[in-house]
Amino acid sequence: MKKINQMKMILDSYSVNEGFSRVAVSAFASQLDMTVDELGDIKTIVSEAVTNCIVHAYKEKIGKIYITCTVFENGILRVSVRDRGCGIPDVKKAREPLYTSVGGDRSGLGFSVMESFSDKLSVRSKVGVGTTVTMEKRISGKKYE
Amino acid sequence: MSVTIKRKNDYIYAFIKGEIDHHTAPEIRETIDEALSVSETAKLLVLDFSEVSFMDSSGVGLVMGRYRYATTLGKKIRVDNLDNRNYKIMQMSGIEKIAEINRKEN
Repeated sequence: MKKINQMKMILDSYSVNEGFSRVAVSAFASQLDMTVDELGDIKTIVSEAVTNCIVHAYKEKIGKIYITCTVFENGILRVSVRDRGCGIPDVKKAREPLYTSVGGDRSGLGFSVMESFSDKLSVRSKVGVGTTVTMEKRISGKKYE
Repeated sequence: MSVTIKRKNDYIYAFIKGEIDHHTAPEIRETIDEALSVSETAKLLVLDFSEVSFMDSSGVGLVMGRYRYATTLGKKIRVDNLDNRNYKIMQMSGIEKIAEINRKEN
């Protein structure tokens, strides 16, 4: 796949940045002439991934969240969200619907939502090193609406 | 983001406006839980999503948490006016098996 355009940003893991991160990524991705639904999918995916960094990866501290957003030819958008936090001991379990390690008002649906709204989702994680979540979505765009 | 509480007969209505994510959810939760705790006679909490412009799975957590709290007080909950995307996210949790959720009418 040939890269057409790329954006990188680094954010502190403050919850106030959740709104900013999804708006920033969707603004960059809007060059693909997305439909309202596709834009909503991207916002939701980014929001879930960034929230995971804040709630899980950097549970007791503030760390950096690295977001890379790449546009490829054929209208494919790839968003990767990386942290240097605690890591996930059991990725398979973490991806199970309704599983949450923290309780409270967390629904345990973060990964399910990301999977549902993207075409491809990969999770690489190492305890004590960090986690990278990468998702791809083919944007059909307004011309097919 | 804002929450407006209205009471009518045995119902408590919570009109949520704006975006629901992990950052905004705690304030929404506090406002709704306070309304629940002071309304001894109310039987049903209606969460109105018609002015919710964005939500992620934190919105589901908010509803599930209110369901649990309302149940301890002997009250029921209902969710109204979800748009298609938010309805789909809500459904992933299976919440419709324990509480009524309704789509926005077009």
